[in-house]
Amino acid sequence: MKCDFCDKKATVFLTQLVEGQMKKVCLCDPCAKERGVTDPTGFSLADLLLGGAAAGKGTVTPAKTQVAAPGGGRKCPNCGFTLEDLRRVRRFGCSDCYTTFGEDVGHMVRGMHKGISHIGKVPAGLMAMQVLHQRLEELRSRLDQAISSESYEEAAGIRDEIRNIELGAKV
Amino acid sequence: MMRFSTLVKYPADWMTGGRGDHGAVLTSRIRLARNLRRHPFPGWAKRDQRTAALELMRPAVEALPAMKDAFSQELGSLSPVQKQVLVERHLISREHAARGDGSAAVIERRQTFSLMINEEDHLRMQAIRPGLQLAAAFSALSELDSELEKSLEFAFDPTLGYLTTCPTNLGTGLRASSMLHLPALVLSDQIGQVLQAVSKIGLAVRGLYGEGTESLGNLYQISNQSTLGESEETIIRRLERVISEVAVHERNAREKLLEDDPSMVADKIGRAYGMLRHAHIINSKEAINQLSLIRLGGILGVFPEETVVLCDTLLMDIQPAHLQLHSGRKLSPEERDAIRAEIVRCRLHSLDSPDNYYPSHEPKSLSDPHNPGDA
Repeated sequence: MKCDFCDKKATVFLTQLVEGQMKKVCLCDPCAKERGVTDPTGFSLADLLLGGAAAGKGTVTPAKTQVAAPGGGRKCPNCGFTLEDLRRVRRFGCSDCYTTFGEDVGHMVRGMHKGISHIGKVPAGLMAMQVLHQRLEELRSRLDQAISSESYEEAAGIRDEIRNIELGAKV
Repeated sequence: MMRFSTLVKYPADWMTGGRGDHGAVLTSRIRLARNLRRHPFPGWAKRDQRTAALELMRPAVEALPAMKDAFSQELGSLSPVQKQVLVERHLISREHAARGDGSAAVIERRQTFSLMINEEDHLRMQAIRPGLQLAAAFSALSELDSELEKSLEFAFDPTLGYLTTCPTNLGTGLRASSMLHLPALVLSDQIGQVLQAVSKIGLAVRGLYGEGTESLGNLYQISNQSTLGESEETIIRRLERVISEVAVHERNAREKLLEDDPSMVADKIGRAYGMLRHAHIINSKEAINQLSLIRLGGILGVFPEETVVLCDTLLMDIQPAHLQLHSGRKLSPEERDAIRAEIVRCRLHSLDSPDNYYPSHEPKSLSDPHNPGDA
């Protein structure tokens, strides 16, 4: 996911109720710091809410905002499982829940396993998709590098390549 | 279709073949968790959804070449004793045994593969081998998994791997575990140290029947905990290395015990022999603990080599549900203890006394004064 203010990878996600409507903002680290939304005490709150084992760097939820409050509406469109269910049983309702509650998955998984992304067997039919996915990951990290070294021309090229892949195959 | 009585008539070869790695590793088990894409997971699915998933998976599983003429039953059609027998044989989990209609167990004829349908995940498949053979068990099960994937669409995410009901199984969905018999490490008080070292590197140690069960008969299960971020091969290679190391520690502990305290070892084995040969009432815990020492005697050569297999078979046969199956009726705990003692006495009947192994050196002062040879 990209930062809403620049093109970098977003690491801070804010969800707030604005005039009774749920609003979501994604920020990268520098933008979040610039706007003063990074609050270190948010770590423990987020972990408390989710019961996550360890706080790595990444998704930070400032204390003064809310992660879609318990029962705050997020619900899996495929199976009807809610965020509240997830926090209660710490299990998921169906495979689509992993997309629905994507941000919470990150919290739960961090510290639970040796890594945070899959290495190993891939169903034969999905091999092509997995190769593409790995190519995208690689391009994204190269894009980050290009941006931080201010090689904007190279970055633009990489961004186009990413877009082409994303357009060609829904990943 | 195979009948229950035929399935459980004989012990599986994995129950009687574990003599590698200094007799310390009884069995190796691999479990893979798989789910159907978009179908609600069993715990969240409504009854009709669960049945729909079962009707999709069961024919696919039964059609596997390995599952030709397999045992295949819905849990609801098995009696509590039959379910418990399958749990005691590690063919289904305790959680699965608690389920009824909408869940099924498909077990290969030789009991080397068993597939649980609608357990916590849609599919929990398992392969068991004797001794330390995690890699071989995995490659056999992975083949079966690849075969299934041709007819079932499994839930998979490029980052999270195989998607599972509980996030603790994400990624490979792999749980690899071995059952170890470590009497010498227990007798020499080193077990705590060894197990601590094992858990420090992120492996789990459990008792005889898995999560939350106490250790009986010096039996321990060692398994991986992390399933995401490392390949199946990496996980299995580490486990096999650690388990062989533990087996070597056990062998060293045996040698050291025999050197330092041979009479303690002889006493333990002798008492176990006396108890099991002459008891008429024995509960399962006591029987398992004493059999563990007889098994140690088999490994040390105090008893003939085949005693090890005898013990491994008995370990299964003296479990409560196996006793009821054997008797063909429901037994009270008291009746079970009596029948258990009878079975053990009967099986150990031809086992020679350990005294024949230990040469007796009677102290001179206590020897028979009427013996003319004793001047």
